[in-house]
Amino acid sequence: MTDPEPVVELSGITKRFPGVVANSDVHLSVRAGEVHAVCGENGAGKSTLMKILYGMQQPDEGTISINGEPVKLRNPQDAIKAGIGMVHQHFMLADNLTVKENVLLGAEALHGIGKKARSVLEGFAEQTGLHADLDLLVERLGVADRQRVEIVKVLYRGARIVILDEPTAVLVPQEVDALFETVREMQRQGFTFIFISHKLDEVRAIADSVTVIRRGTTVGTVDPKTVSSRELAEMMVGSALPSPETRESTVTERDILRVAGLRLDAEGTERALLKNISLTVHAGEVLGIAGVEGNGQTELVEAIMGMRKATSGSVELVDADGTVHDLTKLGTLARRETGIGYIAEDRTRHGLLLNQPLWSNRILGYQTRQPVSSGRLINRQAAREDTERIVEQYDVRTPSVDVPSGALSGGNQQKLIVGRELSGNPLLLIASHPTRGVDVGAQALIWEQIRTARREGLAVLLVSADLDELIGLSDTIRVMLRGELVSEADPATVTPTELGSAMTGAATEEDV
Amino acid sequence: MSTAVDSNPSGEPVMMPAPQQKRAMPGWARGMLWAVVAIGVLSTTSYLTGMNTLTSSNTAQTALRLALPILLAGLGGLWAERSGVINIGLEGMMILGTWGAAWGAYYGGVWVGLLAAIAFGALGGLLHAVATVTFNVNHIVSGVAINLLGLGVAKYLATLVFEPLSGNPRQSPPVPKFETYSATGLSDWLGGLEDAQRVVLSDVAGLVRGLITQVSPLAMIAILLVPLSYIVLWRTRFGLRLRSCGENPVAAESLGINVYGYKYAALAVSGGLAGMGGASLVLLPGGADYLENQTNGRGYIGLAAMIFGNWRPGGLLGGAALFGYSDGLQLSGGGQAVLALCYAAVLLLGVIVVIQLIRRKWIAAALGVVGAGILYFIYWSNDELPRDLIPYTPHFVTIIVLAVAAQRLRPPRAIGARYRRGEGD
Amino acid sequence: MKSWRTVVLPPLLAIVFALVLSSIALLISGADPLRAFGTMGAQLFKGTTAVDTVNLATVYYIAGLAVAIGFQMNLFNIGVEGQYRFAAVVAAIVGGALRLPPVLHMLVILLVAVFAGAFYALLPAILKVTRGVSEVITTIMLNSIVFGIVAFLINPDQFGVLHGNNVATEEIDSSGWIPGIPLGGAGTLFGAVLLALLLGVGYWFMLNRTRFGFELKASGESPTAAAAGGVSAKKMTMTAMLLSGAVAGLIAMPELLGRDHEYAMTATQGYGFIGIAVALLGRNHPAGIALGALLWAFLDKSAVSLEQIQVPREIATIIQGTIVLSVVVAYEIVKRADLAAEQRRVGRAGRNGSPASVSEGGAV
Repeated sequence: MTDPEPVVELSGITKRFPGVVANSDVHLSVRAGEVHAVCGENGAGKSTLMKILYGMQQPDEGTISINGEPVKLRNPQDAIKAGIGMVHQHFMLADNLTVKENVLLGAEALHGIGKKARSVLEGFAEQTGLHADLDLLVERLGVADRQRVEIVKVLYRGARIVILDEPTAVLVPQEVDALFETVREMQRQGFTFIFISHKLDEVRAIADSVTVIRRGTTVGTVDPKTVSSRELAEMMVGSALPSPETRESTVTERDILRVAGLRLDAEGTERALLKNISLTVHAGEVLGIAGVEGNGQTELVEAIMGMRKATSGSVELVDADGTVHDLTKLGTLARRETGIGYIAEDRTRHGLLLNQPLWSNRILGYQTRQPVSSGRLINRQAAREDTERIVEQYDVRTPSVDVPSGALSGGNQQKLIVGRELSGNPLLLIASHPTRGVDVGAQALIWEQIRTARREGLAVLLVSADLDELIGLSDTIRVMLRGELVSEADPATVTPTELGSAMTGAATEEDV
Repeated sequence: MSTAVDSNPSGEPVMMPAPQQKRAMPGWARGMLWAVVAIGVLSTTSYLTGMNTLTSSNTAQTALRLALPILLAGLGGLWAERSGVINIGLEGMMILGTWGAAWGAYYGGVWVGLLAAIAFGALGGLLHAVATVTFNVNHIVSGVAINLLGLGVAKYLATLVFEPLSGNPRQSPPVPKFETYSATGLSDWLGGLEDAQRVVLSDVAGLVRGLITQVSPLAMIAILLVPLSYIVLWRTRFGLRLRSCGENPVAAESLGINVYGYKYAALAVSGGLAGMGGASLVLLPGGADYLENQTNGRGYIGLAAMIFGNWRPGGLLGGAALFGYSDGLQLSGGGQAVLALCYAAVLLLGVIVVIQLIRRKWIAAALGVVGAGILYFIYWSNDELPRDLIPYTPHFVTIIVLAVAAQRLRPPRAIGARYRRGEGD
Repeated sequence: MKSWRTVVLPPLLAIVFALVLSSIALLISGADPLRAFGTMGAQLFKGTTAVDTVNLATVYYIAGLAVAIGFQMNLFNIGVEGQYRFAAVVAAIVGGALRLPPVLHMLVILLVAVFAGAFYALLPAILKVTRGVSEVITTIMLNSIVFGIVAFLINPDQFGVLHGNNVATEEIDSSGWIPGIPLGGAGTLFGAVLLALLLGVGYWFMLNRTRFGFELKASGESPTAAAAGGVSAKKMTMTAMLLSGAVAGLIAMPELLGRDHEYAMTATQGYGFIGIAVALLGRNHPAGIALGALLWAFLDKSAVSLEQIQVPREIATIIQGTIVLSVVVAYEIVKRADLAAEQRRVGRAGRNGSPASVSEGGAV
């Protein structure tokens, strides 16, 4: 704004990985002192571009200039020297080291590791609103504080150009506001920000200019004040963004899942991770669980799936005949067999065997059931045929079902999982962050499949950090805070901000 | 070794209720406290059972000699595992060290022997680094392979070099040993005190006397290496960087740290320390010269001592002392002494039960009572333990100690994990 | 998808690399590598060495299978060594004490060995499952302790018998033996070769056709994904460890029931560790393990001939150690190349229609 000279200039950047071109001929020009947003959907190549700018990967073609000087960034050290800092989407923090150690690591030469370093550090902590003890293990910090530590790391190294990679993905609206406040304050002090995001309203709220990336290449740079979110969305995906909006209600009176008085203690202690959880999901209903990550949603899902043993309380599943199955004492496999499908929050850790072919992944969780198994023996032929069906029906892009699942893109992996989990005719689907990190096409398809199944009487327990998804898909929303279900919201009327205050405990009313 | 059970299967940070932790006792204070408890238990046992061997200077001296290889191997494990690499190959590096020590000492004297042992061990460590760091081979697989290879190389070299000299492919010719030094005046005074048979006082005197009599420079170096490792790993920038590679290598990389370089360095040091452990079997008076299979699993026990010590130098010293002591006791006292050790364990369990009761940990206390009951039964129903099994006392102790300690441990977070430059997200 | 490259290339590379490295070692020591390898290779065509090799390979094969069962789920049963020795001494004592009709006697001994092997694996399994203690350390400790147990049990005060200078268990009646297959001048092939074959086929079937095999592989590859799929990690650890121990129990049987008929203090040790090497060489595949076992046994048997030309036979140990280390490295390199090729293939397939995308959670 003030200086016409760009501080960062990327031109003609191309990066190839085996089988994919992550970036092709990307151009990006960032002026001093501005907040420059880089927008694009999941998988568009934003993260790769930023890794290139931060020296973690080398471009196959193209040039990078910082402050008008062409530079070669062979590793992060070079980038740091050039005054670039990065706040990573997945925090780059060592849990077992203290806040101080995490910040000083790699920058010991600046102020040593003694008293002087500490006083400098305290100054930066103050500036970013980090009030935690500097000798505390990072393990004990919450998400927002971890992010502050990341920002302090960048400041400590004297960076003037800060990359924020999807910084709001893990924050509630109120924390996002606090972050933006910090960003604006720092902008006044002359810092330049590159802000990576795919949330358009946030981009419009903070950015001075926006560069849109689609399919690995730049579509154009615009002023966010002169374009609408709609126009931005069309630049990002080439068409309107899919909406999770559910049209008519299909909720019935028939109970499917009944959880009563569930309590879960942390292993070996009497500290409750979950307490007094009671909920009912009806046939044809999507029950959404909102909450800041780490407030017990993961534990709730794993307790219902039997992956963690509840300390007390009961879990019951009612089938179509009205027979009540008490799941409380059963293991995960038996619970699945009674009729639960499960989309885990982290597909690479919990959903797939990455080195095994797709057909083998079809068996996982269904190893006792037709058609892929006859109880004790595996039927390879049937598994392959049924996987072919899923590939066809759910549009999984793969050359064959013999490919290891790890070679597929995130969206295709998730489509395979959704196809698998809906194939056993489940009574209940537990979906944890079902569209996290997938491209728009896969997102639309997954939402459509969940809606269809719901119309046919499926009960869905949906956990998501994406508040739009939660509000759009759910029939009812319950809010989780510190392991308890604290309030209920009506998705027809609630706004993301209201939901956000309930999630942080700012609102204490029974109904927001 | 990742022994802690993953009590958080989702891997997400659980940070909701973060209870304020009580200010923990500083490490040295806790170490002193445990030492006092241990001496108290041993002298009580020695008084009640009449087994003076438990606290004799002879036992302490043997224990120190036997603890050294374990201590050095454990330090080697510490360096490797703090950088994130599991080092089950310590045993193989130790074997290489024994050969190097004998070879160097035969031709150039003890100090050359020590250096050769360090160099041979470090070579083994670097080989482990090539496999695990550069080629991402599973750490345990590589370690097992290095143990096979270390044994093979040592055997081959022994046949080639030692057989013409000693006439035996399994043994080296006699090699020079380290001189030993005693604090004579103090030692004699303590000796008098020990013989006086006063409760507690004589016991302490006996143990201390054993530790200051006939001490070799190698032993002093090894013991100095414990605080030295602590200072380097926890108080310097090199150490911070090295540990960060074991906690979160991707984060370290993102801060411009050459993770491969630090892992290589850590493994070279690790191998060198293991090689030194091998030297301590060969070059100490009373030890054998190079002898096939003389390490006899001490590399593994060293690793266990390190796990027992919770990946900390001080704890590791305690672990090595425990194993050295149980080994020294069985050598100097035989089956009866080991039986008395059971009695000591009963007393120790008693102390632990009281602590658990104060902390209101009922289940732990109940388990302690049951364990004490079983041990007391063993003590009460036997006069002597089977002679064939006595030499394996340290191994039994290892298993029992790991079973008791394992769940409260805090290994480096990224230990054993595969890491490749530029692949983190 | 496994191409020939993935399967055949790594072990070949490893063998070549090992030969080069040991040639250097031989040259340094002043020996002629070609002559040494020639002498070893010539042994292949001598009938007695061939039969000896197959007999030894039978033992190694069973050991390899025992280790591979654990490896399938990333369980490092280093304790095969202790388990087989414990099983051998117990089976020898029981077999020597029993008087039973043929076949039945043999089956009882085999059964005792299987249970004894599993029993010795029980403690590490329990500690791993209930207390989270690494199986690597506990099994290594138990490997050492087994020396004491064997010595204790063979002691004439307990079950041993003194033969001259050597103590051993009581000899087993011929009703308990596994009859050999005589091959004239070349010697006698162990009848237990058939037992090993049976075990290999059973292992293959279990792994590829049964639910248990699927669950075993799943928990080996990703314990978290397996847990979400309803496979209890603790149950699998327990079962795999015990099964591995049970198979380990059979390792000493070819020699015990086919040749020695008693278990002595001086009985050969180390088969468990060779099992680890052989399983790594064969990449846990039943046929691969067989080839690995044959190679290992051949190196062992033919190395004896080196002494005729004044070359230390320990060079074979170096070859073996190098092969193991370089084969795992070679597998890793080829695996990487293959994954890249696979991604390229998937990338091409994705391009008809919509663009291939690099997603955060994806494979890149």
